[in-house]
Amino acid sequence: MSDAVPTGNGGYNFAYLDEQTKRMIRRAILKAVAIPGYQVPFASREMPLPYGWGTGGIQVTASIIGRGDTLKVIDQGADDTTNAVSIRHFFERTAGVATTEQTVAASIIQTRHRIPETPLQEGQIIVYQVPIPEPLRWIEPREAETRKMHALAEYGPMYVRLYEDIAQFGQVTTAYDYPVVVNGRYLMRPSPIPKFDNPKMDMSPALQLFGAGREKRIYAVPPYTSVKSLDFSDHPFTIERWEQRCAICGADDSFLDEVVTDDQGGRMFVCSDTDYCRSRQTGQAAE
Amino acid sequence: MYVAVKGGEKAIEAAHRLLAEARRGDPGVPELSLAQIEGQLSLAVDRVMAEGSVYDRELAALAIKQARGDLIEAIFLLRAYRTTLPRLAVSEAIDTAKANLRRRISATFKDLPGGQILGPTFDYTHRLLDFSLVAESEGTVALPPPPAETGPMPRVTTLLGDQGLIEPNPPEASEAGDLTRDPLAFPADRAVRLQNLARGDEGFLLSLGYSTQRGYGRNHPFAGEIRIGDVEIEIVPPELGFPVVIGEITFTECEMVNQFKGSANAPPQFTRGYGLVFGEGERKAMAMALVDRALRAEELGEEVTAPAQDQEFVLYHSDNVEASGFTQHLKLPHYVDFQAELNLIRRMRAESSEPQTEAAE
Repeated sequence: MSDAVPTGNGGYNFAYLDEQTKRMIRRAILKAVAIPGYQVPFASREMPLPYGWGTGGIQVTASIIGRGDTLKVIDQGADDTTNAVSIRHFFERTAGVATTEQTVAASIIQTRHRIPETPLQEGQIIVYQVPIPEPLRWIEPREAETRKMHALAEYGPMYVRLYEDIAQFGQVTTAYDYPVVVNGRYLMRPSPIPKFDNPKMDMSPALQLFGAGREKRIYAVPPYTSVKSLDFSDHPFTIERWEQRCAICGADDSFLDEVVTDDQGGRMFVCSDTDYCRSRQTGQAAE
Repeated sequence: MYVAVKGGEKAIEAAHRLLAEARRGDPGVPELSLAQIEGQLSLAVDRVMAEGSVYDRELAALAIKQARGDLIEAIFLLRAYRTTLPRLAVSEAIDTAKANLRRRISATFKDLPGGQILGPTFDYTHRLLDFSLVAESEGTVALPPPPAETGPMPRVTTLLGDQGLIEPNPPEASEAGDLTRDPLAFPADRAVRLQNLARGDEGFLLSLGYSTQRGYGRNHPFAGEIRIGDVEIEIVPPELGFPVVIGEITFTECEMVNQFKGSANAPPQFTRGYGLVFGEGERKAMAMALVDRALRAEELGEEVTAPAQDQEFVLYHSDNVEASGFTQHLKLPHYVDFQAELNLIRRMRAESSEPQTEAAE
């Protein structure tokens, strides 16, 4: 066996990736920030977590994280879902950084499928895990074609698709990963966040980075950049609302998960953002 | 209630302990050693090295042991290790004509310079379970005498090339691309395609290659030559300026010879499909050669109609580490997206059950 075989957990660089790889990824990130919404190809590495588990987000986080950072990892809005726990452990183990469950205390937030309810602030970075970065993929399967469509801003087919939805169903039938236009130029997939979260991306003071490991793309929305969900003037973009409130904290403004409580049709609705729910509960207890 | 689906921390830790126990199996049975895996499951080791794209038998054996024999999981382990290694040098191109061969067959000529050598092959075994292996008391096998000194073994394609019957080998690219350092871009050149196929999943390539034989991008192949042997790897350290041998690898090479009717700018001649893998992997090398030839359709002016001829389709879906991860990520929680869909479908159902006043107008 080669001498390079590490023993125990040693043998790996800070935050797992070697410095050359981090430099390559940082360059891709800089380019992505300079061209908001444009998908920058990068030489994605095999990570010790499977593709589809957030390898793109992990590589982005690994490339930007420093010893002074505080990391929050959420999946489905929650800090304690299995995959969020696993990724947080990965960075605790390979970078030894501080972690938190509080949105306000984090300098970097890695997320899958949600944007926290607590508004992000200047100086914070949110890293999205992206399965399929190409917003035109279900319209055109070929990468060579879709790149051309982006170059020419040829987004008509996407509007046609939305129009067909409205003509057929009276509404757009995309409930998550709802396409947006960034900075008035590039069509972008916001990753599979519910469209409920789309408005939070618009003019956000935080830097938003998107990593797609398997598809080898990085893209970004710099702070204070316009992010507009596609719509028509007579069919404006709307977000979903619940008739219920969160059964735990009573919130009526957060995205609610439906929890099946028995086999008699019993259901309850609770905040998907566990930190938001908890902070509301503590706030109420203090009153 | 709510805790059942969350609170993953303890669950993960418990799962890891269960996995360790399951991996070990019955503690009353002696533990597998890496030497046993390397020596007795050598073709599993070869596949893991090939698709993991690291030539290291011991590391591959370790990955197989850790993965409980799940080869795709083992390939993944090896890849995730490989990706952290520094890239120290690019080797010289290997010359398989100079290799020390243990198998060399051609399906196109009955006899040829250097002769045909069957080597250790399953090809002519009867697939009957050998119950004598149950007893675990195998004696040593009496080896056949080594083949007589055969002299040089020129490649079949070289013999055909001397008569101008087969297209010449493409001129050597100055430096081959590396898709582990530069993401795939289309159209991908042949060297990058071959790298992708060499790392690609054996099952995927096998089925694609097979599909070309059944008419989806038919390319009339003959197994010109298959070689299994050992070849030295050389690098040229810049401070020395001459090649130095750094080790030896086992390889399997397949050169397909394919019919070609000619086109506006090429005379009728045979064309090539090429496959090369680490270790002994004849099935993979042959499938790779079929798919390589299929992917040359556009370059040769053939109509691109079949999946095996479609670069994006083949190259984007050949990697089993990517495919396995993304297929299995469906078991990760999707509560939020599903909730959004639930809301949508309820709203749509409510609207469709309302009386359709507009329709009457």
